[in-house]
Amino acid sequence: MSSDSNTQNSRTTGTFRVKRGLADMLRGGVIMDVVNPTQAKIAEDAGAVAVMALERVPSDIRRDGGVARMSDPQMIVEIQEAVTIPVMAKARIGHFAEAQILASLDVDYIDESEVLTPADEANHIDKWAFEVPFVCGATNLGEALRRISEGACMIRSKGEAGTGNVVEAVRHLRSIMGDIKKIGVADEVELYQWAKELRAPIEAIQEIAETGKLPVPMFCAGGISTPADASLVMQLGAEACFVGSGIFKSSQPELMARAIVEATTHYEDASVVAKVSTGLGEAMKGLEVATLETRLAERGW
Amino acid sequence: MLALQGDVREHAAALEKLGHEVVLVKRPEHFEDLAAMVLPGGESTTLSMLLDSSGVRDPLEAWVQGNRPTFGTCAGLVMLASTVEDGRSDQKTMAGLGISARRNGYGRQRFSFETLAAIPALGEPMEAVFIRAPRITSVADDTEVLATIDTDHGAEPVAVRRGNVIACSFHPELTDDTRFHALLMEIARSASGAEDH
Repeated sequence: MSSDSNTQNSRTTGTFRVKRGLADMLRGGVIMDVVNPTQAKIAEDAGAVAVMALERVPSDIRRDGGVARMSDPQMIVEIQEAVTIPVMAKARIGHFAEAQILASLDVDYIDESEVLTPADEANHIDKWAFEVPFVCGATNLGEALRRISEGACMIRSKGEAGTGNVVEAVRHLRSIMGDIKKIGVADEVELYQWAKELRAPIEAIQEIAETGKLPVPMFCAGGISTPADASLVMQLGAEACFVGSGIFKSSQPELMARAIVEATTHYEDASVVAKVSTGLGEAMKGLEVATLETRLAERGW
Repeated sequence: MLALQGDVREHAAALEKLGHEVVLVKRPEHFEDLAAMVLPGGESTTLSMLLDSSGVRDPLEAWVQGNRPTFGTCAGLVMLASTVEDGRSDQKTMAGLGISARRNGYGRQRFSFETLAAIPALGEPMEAVFIRAPRITSVADDTEVLATIDTDHGAEPVAVRRGNVIACSFHPELTDDTRFHALLMEIARSASGAEDH
């Protein structure tokens, strides 16, 4: 490990390009929540581009209640040893000490996640301070741009994790994509109003006006539980899918995992999505969002 | 270009910048009328599985083994290698290049890096971005080294060519440098010229 240092042979690690680059490589793929090495192996066998190592999937966190924290490092290490694909892990919002621990374990991406109980009610982690890249959730464009300004290299919709209900993810994607389109046709002066309204840096708004897209990849998370859900969010502009409870809370996880991978790749081809949707058994049961006591998506500032 | 998964958009942008039309290949029928093929960066285990399920593996293998113009980066290089170390046991490759590649040969993401690669065949050194990159561990006599980086063990190959097939372990598509894409299209031009005569 010590043979590769920061500056050796004029190599530079932890640049924005290197950190964002891994997100680019994951595009068009599925990142799956796993709680042990066996599940990680199933995910890899099914074609996951990465796994998210966590102690409990969101639907169990929701059921059990209590404070949800970073996973046991031992479990993360076992999952790293079980698979060859990238391994991500979650830290609580604002809990930079958890993030430091995850970084020291060499996880490939850190998710500063609203699924865990927030540790700081005002501040998110300063993600520029890390060589390991971060993904953060967002419900709207302003939130996405604040996370990017703190150093996030990938944004995912928050959705409403652990519900098996895609409605919130769709709302968040539509909100983010819709505002990007509107900024694209706004004039120079209006951009300042957008910055004010979204509580986002003007430079970021100007960049979106120029390029027509978010400066980092935009993935979808929160409630995806069938191949059709994956196809829907990809058609709405997501560049990849995170699937949490949807796989290992379904009746046949191997088949469901594989089917969601296929549907994410061939999202625009309904005949393929139909084929892989056949004979999957039961999807996770799912929850109506209006009846929830805790709205995870409201965490984050 | 192969568009099952990975950084397809960046490659497409580089080719379009050079004035070429890009066809996204996801199914066997997309192979018609192609001059050259790009295999993007992505997750090689995922790509390997999707090649089988989409039916693209056979036409792609025939393409590569027929020495048709091909350019692979990172996961694309792994697909083109003759042997893969630290891959999955069921991971198949196309053997378009006489190289061995070790997956994640430079370590996990924290050790992903940028540096300058020496690339005498294309002129000035090139900015090279390595993301959980494969490491080229051996190069057969039939395969030419196009680019190298300095390491503790001396210069190490990071881009190679055999016939009309080229690949690099880094990502030129993540920079503004289009020299590799231009080389691919130059190879495609001379290959189609050779066919005409």
